[in-house]
Amino acid sequence: MDPVFIAIQLLNGLQYGLLLFLIASGLTLIFGIMGIINLAHGAMYMIGAYLAYDLTLRTGSFWLALLLAVPIAVVLGLVIERLFLGTLYRRDHLYQVLLTFGLILVLNEAQRIIWGNDVQSVAVPPSLSGNITLTDNLQYPVYRLFVGSVCLLMAGGIYWVIRHTRLGIVIRAGAANRDMVEGLGIDVRTLFTLIFSIGVGLAAFAGMLSAPMTSLYPGMGDNVLITCFVIVVIGGIGSIKGAFLGSLLIGQAATFGPVLLPALASVIIYLIMAAVLIIKPRGLFA
Amino acid sequence: MKLARIRKHTRHLMTAMGLLFLAAFQPLMAQQNREDQATPVRLGLMLPYSGTYAPLGESITNGLKLAIKQNGDQLGGRPVEYVVLDSEADASKAPQNMSRLVKGDKVDVVIGPVHSGVAMGMLKVAKQTGAIMIIPNAGLGAATGQLCMPNVFRTSFSMWQDSYPMGKVAYDRGYRKVVTITWNYAGGKEDIAGFEESFTKAGGEIVKQILVPFPETQFQPYLTDIASIKPDAVYTFFAGAGAVRFVRDYAKLGLKDSVPLLGSGFLTDGNLDAQGEAAEGILTTLHYADGLDSEVDRAFREAYGETYERKLDTYAVQGYDAGMMLAQALDQTQGNSADRDALISALAGVKLNSPRGPVAFSKAHHPIQNIYLRQVKEGRNQVIDVASRALEDPARGCRL
Repeated sequence: MDPVFIAIQLLNGLQYGLLLFLIASGLTLIFGIMGIINLAHGAMYMIGAYLAYDLTLRTGSFWLALLLAVPIAVVLGLVIERLFLGTLYRRDHLYQVLLTFGLILVLNEAQRIIWGNDVQSVAVPPSLSGNITLTDNLQYPVYRLFVGSVCLLMAGGIYWVIRHTRLGIVIRAGAANRDMVEGLGIDVRTLFTLIFSIGVGLAAFAGMLSAPMTSLYPGMGDNVLITCFVIVVIGGIGSIKGAFLGSLLIGQAATFGPVLLPALASVIIYLIMAAVLIIKPRGLFA
Repeated sequence: MKLARIRKHTRHLMTAMGLLFLAAFQPLMAQQNREDQATPVRLGLMLPYSGTYAPLGESITNGLKLAIKQNGDQLGGRPVEYVVLDSEADASKAPQNMSRLVKGDKVDVVIGPVHSGVAMGMLKVAKQTGAIMIIPNAGLGAATGQLCMPNVFRTSFSMWQDSYPMGKVAYDRGYRKVVTITWNYAGGKEDIAGFEESFTKAGGEIVKQILVPFPETQFQPYLTDIASIKPDAVYTFFAGAGAVRFVRDYAKLGLKDSVPLLGSGFLTDGNLDAQGEAAEGILTTLHYADGLDSEVDRAFREAYGETYERKLDTYAVQGYDAGMMLAQALDQTQGNSADRDALISALAGVKLNSPRGPVAFSKAHHPIQNIYLRQVKEGRNQVIDVASRALEDPARGCRL
């Protein structure tokens, strides 16, 4: 392969990986700190994308839609945590899996009732609809570069919060030993609500950002969810750093794998997961 | 207080008695119904109503119900009852779902599926039970090829039938080196095989065949790969959400201007609103098109537009023709669906004056029909030529 095209593929993989990180970070936070396997995480990604679609149609501006959709998603997360999850913390994991699985069905059905079965798309905002010419027959859409940058900024922001704020200390402590944190008098209940809302918000935000690059269809979050679980497992449950590196790794694997090893295209990310688990059974950074 | 309790008890007792009453008399009432009017023809709809293919399931259902409505809500003098089942386009659940419809719900005819993988599972059960099945979409060759059987019909197309004519079109337009790309599943592979067969027969060369894991829609790596190969044209098969994303990415990454995109008609059918500007100019071949301008087509479009909000697409025509087919066949058997052999031979003899043009059925129970060359113009799949007239699928491996 031509070095120019290798560079372009690296860029493709980086951008995809960064987007995956936005979704996987929320998943790993919720899983690591609250101990909840949130199967509805992919559905929230879908809801985010459809919110962006709907509000862009209503307001005529993608940016305004983004501004409105983020709080809606966070509030939705808050409501779900307070109304449903809150009653199940003391129970077995299986109850939470059942609940969040049920949420997938409910959210997918709600999506169908509200927005219908048709495939939809969102126009790229005019200010970012340009292209950068890479070769004589290939361009790179500015919007994708923008999404990559936003994801990178978000990653930096999350890292800063976790490393350098009081909330971050509590989150890290919570991931390490939840009972001890509770014993030290920290209000775990509020912390959980916060974490869940933020996690859901991140997934929905990723859905909103990707809406102009992808097509919207019922159940679009289900495939993303599986990829993100792979990332969480690779990175180590609860580790943001692990999720970040795992996302970049999977992003590159999903880009180069199918082109270089077409026969393994559909299993390559699982092979990587298996390899990581053989070497480090608890993930890279757990 | 005592009075209140007695009242409550009485109420409960009354309710219980009411239920007993209903339970006792229900069979009697049902029997009376059966004597009053003919038992309904039970149609089992096994179509996807969720996931990527949900819009297709909805269109087919709309078309089918419209045909039966136009037939006076009856088939051969009997009312019609629908048993609707979401196939979820999930191949692993197909045999079990089909068995449920055939053995549990005891439907007279099963209509489905959309997805070729699901069709494989359904065909197995159709073989075992002899249940009559009309396929209103899934274009896998085997259904009217190696696995053909008397009780299975198709009102749609085969992958081969829709893509084969495009190979010659591509060669005649001067393309010599072509990349083909599709999802790695039976339907996609058969579609590009039809194109590759006629394109290489004409003298063209397939420089690369790309198979994307189904239902992946992350196309950027593949498109970058295509750009590095620089072919004369790209031939593709995608449908639904994947088609929308592929066409948009193809235009967004700037490939559209330098490498013309050809496809099976499913690339653009029902997707033009979501694809928008990115689809303009794409050439496709399919058994239906906009602007056919026949009287039947105009009447169908008008009736569909009055009944449904959804924009009309090819899938609706396939569903509509399944309904028309049943109407004709059951008229001939005078509503008798119990005699399967009679119904099968009536179905096999059906000739449709379909919105897509004349349709007859081959020995393998597959439609013999025109394949149109279409170009996307101003958000329509405008017909520009008949790519192949009254094309019959070769039905390879079928011994009917």
